[in-house]
Amino acid sequence: MVVPAFTWTEFAQQIAAGIRSGAIYAGLALALVIIYRSTRVINFAQGEMATFTTFICWSLMNHGFSFWTAFPIVLAIAFVGGVAIERVLIQPVENASVLTIVIVTLGLALLLNGLMSLIWGGANRQFHGPFSTRTIDVGGVPISVQDIGIVVVSFSLVALLGLFFRYTKLGLALRAAAVNPDSSRLVGVRVGWMLALGWGIAALLGAVAGMMVAPVVFLDPNMMQTILLYAFAAAVLGGLDSPIGAVVGGILLGLTITLLERYVGFVGSTLKLPVALLLILVLLLLRPGGLFGRVAVRRV
Amino acid sequence: MKLKLALEVLGFLVLAALVAFLPRIVGDFTVYEFAIVGMYFIALLGLAILTGYSGQISLGHGAFMAVGGYTTAILSVDGIFGHELRDLWTIPIAGLVAGVAGLLVGVPALRLSGLYLALITFGIAVSFPQLPKKFDHFFGGTTGKVLNLVKAPFGLETTPNRWLYYLTWGIALVLLALAWALLRGKPGRALQAIRDSEVAAASSGVNPATYKTLAFGISAFYAGVAGSLYVMSKAYMNPDVFPIILSVYLVAALAVGGLESLVGLIAGAALIYVLQNRADDVTRWINHLPVLDLDPKQPGMPSVVFGVVLIAVMLLLPTGAGGLLRRLFGPLTSRLYSKS
Repeated sequence: MVVPAFTWTEFAQQIAAGIRSGAIYAGLALALVIIYRSTRVINFAQGEMATFTTFICWSLMNHGFSFWTAFPIVLAIAFVGGVAIERVLIQPVENASVLTIVIVTLGLALLLNGLMSLIWGGANRQFHGPFSTRTIDVGGVPISVQDIGIVVVSFSLVALLGLFFRYTKLGLALRAAAVNPDSSRLVGVRVGWMLALGWGIAALLGAVAGMMVAPVVFLDPNMMQTILLYAFAAAVLGGLDSPIGAVVGGILLGLTITLLERYVGFVGSTLKLPVALLLILVLLLLRPGGLFGRVAVRRV
Repeated sequence: MKLKLALEVLGFLVLAALVAFLPRIVGDFTVYEFAIVGMYFIALLGLAILTGYSGQISLGHGAFMAVGGYTTAILSVDGIFGHELRDLWTIPIAGLVAGVAGLLVGVPALRLSGLYLALITFGIAVSFPQLPKKFDHFFGGTTGKVLNLVKAPFGLETTPNRWLYYLTWGIALVLLALAWALLRGKPGRALQAIRDSEVAAASSGVNPATYKTLAFGISAFYAGVAGSLYVMSKAYMNPDVFPIILSVYLVAALAVGGLESLVGLIAGAALIYVLQNRADDVTRWINHLPVLDLDPKQPGMPSVVFGVVLIAVMLLLPTGAGGLLRRLFGPLTSRLYSKS
């Protein structure tokens, strides 16, 4: 495999592309982390939930809505859907083993994937995003408006969530319910509903990630599967219980994968995933809690 | 305790008799289907040792099956040192190669717990199919390798499907007995102790590192044997023979079968087979329920059915088929114990 000559302009473009994928991984990884912190499980249905809501957006746009009018409607649907899923499917197995809950989310992933094929068919669809793909000049480097838009939307959402968790009473209650459910219950936090709210927020984050990535790739029921895997990797990289870690992990992973694929000839597109996972494994061996996570001290 | 042992031995003999008798009452193709179920059963036994007993969740067992499958394919098609091996003799080698791979994964796994391990092993499942594509000279790339069709050895008068069935279930019963012998004694207790509390186990003199790594190795050995048999039954091997989703199905089937019940796993194995190959029959069967009218041929229907079944089983039977068996027969056997 011949690697074309190196230019700084192209390197800068690759960095921009890496940050763009990273922003999407970060959004989905953050969704995983929010659910992990409150329910202690990885939600394997996160990707299919995101694709499902993206399909809803596609349908709305097909019925004459513009992207930005469909956007809030889809977010509302995603939020309500996430809350409903927690109340109906997760709440009954809340106290069961981790494996049981994981299997329920796997079942949900299969169910949603099948439903999408039933409702919208399995074909690839073009999803017209809100941003144009023409490039503008940023400091001598041509970067597409779409990439900039994706990064801006993803990071604004993350920042908003950060403010919500840090400065509102509800955000505090959410964090309290995740860290110490029993004490939170004692001071009057309705822990069950906090968990449901966490699922709602996660579904909302996933919906945004889905609607941002759909114009870049094609929309089909399996759209988010690879992306979900990268989001897992990003969440693990940053530490499963650290929201900041999820965002940093997402960006790092996006950059690493893009640069590996482009500049390391042996890796190319076939080995980028295995090599990225190998790097994460090495990191985990050195820091078992990820970059920002804490390793729990166990008591007997 | 003696009575419990006697009951378990009796149960094993009944199972063996059922297995031996079954091909006499069903057709040739059904025999083939049961052979495949037996292969999944072997893989699930391995997964039960790892996930059920030592508590390490692996979402990468499809990859270990693929290691076994590739070992059989390469040894019987390309051979080693210029000799092609008979498919039968590649089975133990496939198990050993996969077992060594399992030990290699087991060592770093010691430092990872719970969901971190699940995600890394899932990464293995996703990454493994890329290797045959990258090193296509050795593995045969995406086209893969074509094996000779299975044939009964020693001039036995039987159809290939029946031979495959007896071979698979013969191995499955031996491996079941081995797993049972292993898990009912000291190693089983040690593994369960580690699963429940690693620190407590270590302070009671159990070495978690040794047992956890061994569990990974043994578990991968089982998966390798299963993969080898599966490739023999398909008579070809390429990266799609063991799809990524298989690793997920295996864990789901383990939960459906019941984490600690070895025999219950047969139900889990049957579930994987039915939902992968017979999903439209299941849909047709569900249509007998009132109100519902589902089209079995519609794309996506198998996933919907599998998803609903998984969720329903987990909500209604959190301990799986094995737990159901125990609840049904529990009152009966506990009365027996109290008398003895």
